[in-house]
Amino acid sequence: MGFSMLGQVFAQMFKKPWTNKFPAKYQPSNTTKYLAKVAEGKAKINPPIEIPKGFRGKIKYDKDKCIGCKLCIKVCPTDAIEFKPEEKKIKIYLSRCCFCSQCNDICPTKCLSMGDEFLLADSDPYSKDLIVE
Amino acid sequence: MKAKSTTKTSYHIPIGPIHPALKEPVHFEFEIDGERIVDVDVKLGHVHRGIEWAGSRRNPIQILYLAERICGICSYCHPIAFSLAVEGIADIEIPERAEYLRVIQGELERICSHMLWAGVAAHEIGFDSVLYITWEMRERALDLTEYLTGNRVTKAITMIGGVRRDITKDMIPRIQKDLKYLKDNFEKLRHIYLDDKTFKLRSKDCGILTNEEAVKLCAVGPTTRASGVKKDVRVDTSYFAYGDLDIDYMTPDVLTGEVNGDVYDRIVVRLLEVKQSIELIEQCLDKMPKGDIVAEPKVAKLLAQLKKVEGEGIGRHEAPRGEVVHYVKLTGEEHPYTWKVRAPTYNNILPWIPMLKGEQIADIPIVAASTDPCMSCTNRVGIIKDGNKNELTKEQLHQLSIQKTRRLMK
Repeated sequence: MGFSMLGQVFAQMFKKPWTNKFPAKYQPSNTTKYLAKVAEGKAKINPPIEIPKGFRGKIKYDKDKCIGCKLCIKVCPTDAIEFKPEEKKIKIYLSRCCFCSQCNDICPTKCLSMGDEFLLADSDPYSKDLIVE
Repeated sequence: MKAKSTTKTSYHIPIGPIHPALKEPVHFEFEIDGERIVDVDVKLGHVHRGIEWAGSRRNPIQILYLAERICGICSYCHPIAFSLAVEGIADIEIPERAEYLRVIQGELERICSHMLWAGVAAHEIGFDSVLYITWEMRERALDLTEYLTGNRVTKAITMIGGVRRDITKDMIPRIQKDLKYLKDNFEKLRHIYLDDKTFKLRSKDCGILTNEEAVKLCAVGPTTRASGVKKDVRVDTSYFAYGDLDIDYMTPDVLTGEVNGDVYDRIVVRLLEVKQSIELIEQCLDKMPKGDIVAEPKVAKLLAQLKKVEGEGIGRHEAPRGEVVHYVKLTGEEHPYTWKVRAPTYNNILPWIPMLKGEQIADIPIVAASTDPCMSCTNRVGIIKDGNKNELTKEQLHQLSIQKTRRLMK
């Protein structure tokens, strides 16, 4: 009975926050300007927490190994993969990708693999960063 | 709403579809007498997304990932129920190790979901410091999920005939470390939820669902178990490896010795289930045999196999909110002929009415939240014609049925 949270609440006052302050400790007044500064090397970014071993990030595509069998297109749940008939290679639109890695599993030559990049937000769905080919 | 029952003293309060008290769109119409709720009406169908329709254009492997997106919190239950249905049709034998791995994933999801719910319940009664402390613990469970599946929410672990990722020997110490943390902190959490004055004041004798009502209205999951109904798919049908594990119905009398069917009992049941889930995962880690994790490792071959089979199948799984049912019909084509989903919240909507009757307006959020509703999972049918939303009453449906019979007779 009683207020069982009180002790916990007081103890919490002397503890560090659980949250990782990413990308900066305090919200910058202008995120775009802040990121530009980071690119110039004037500001430092607070790193994100480490990703686990089996993390599924941006797809890596080994074009030379690909034989153009189209199996990945058959299993892709979001139709994110396009076939280029003249080259017999594929083109992956990451803005549609749901990062399930099913294409990795079915690929007979193992030319696809999941990378560890996850900061993929972009205002343009067809930007260069979001197309893997 | 039965407008005729309105008297001079009572008045109507519409709540929703979009309201700060509700996490997801649902429309309530309350008839209020002073502070007391006299009558309730619930209207659904604000977040219908046409997922089953989208499923009719995809092959079973693609549907796994679509099913995962029916619900963010039950992102394991839906694909696993779907694959159970498909495995039933295609007579796929699941390797024993995969059965255990499936239990581990399912129970881990239950821990995450129940802790999320406990935090939300604390928030609903205005006890936000408990929300933060619960979710700090849940964060560990989510980190463990990420470690085992590669992602926090959309796990992509299900495969027809097994699972996609194995638990290797070097992963076990990390899992045990996190389970120990959860177990140690569970007692603290239980103490806060079950012994705290604030919780007792708000949840005891509030939102009562009697045993008879729970049976009559077919409530499922923790909502029905809190009313003392012994109903749990894991025990009743002992699918996966549940038959080998030590598992029993979690009703509130296990801890408190009595069943009231109020919000407090629902908190008791969910907390007991968190503990049960931790123990089940530990048992699985001990008993897990060596072997394959999937019946057919070659996905292309599996797809070809599924393309040939014909038949109907039903997949049942005990999701954190109750029994989820998937019905699938395959007709020897690439895409399934039918795919029907019955999410557990669908059954837990009607129990809201006896729960809310006689309560106060301020109790609406906690009572509504106490069944752990998940609206976007539930909304499966919407009739829209000429841009107008249309609902059919029983009489209209009956009339339509008669018309169809006549049409067919011609």
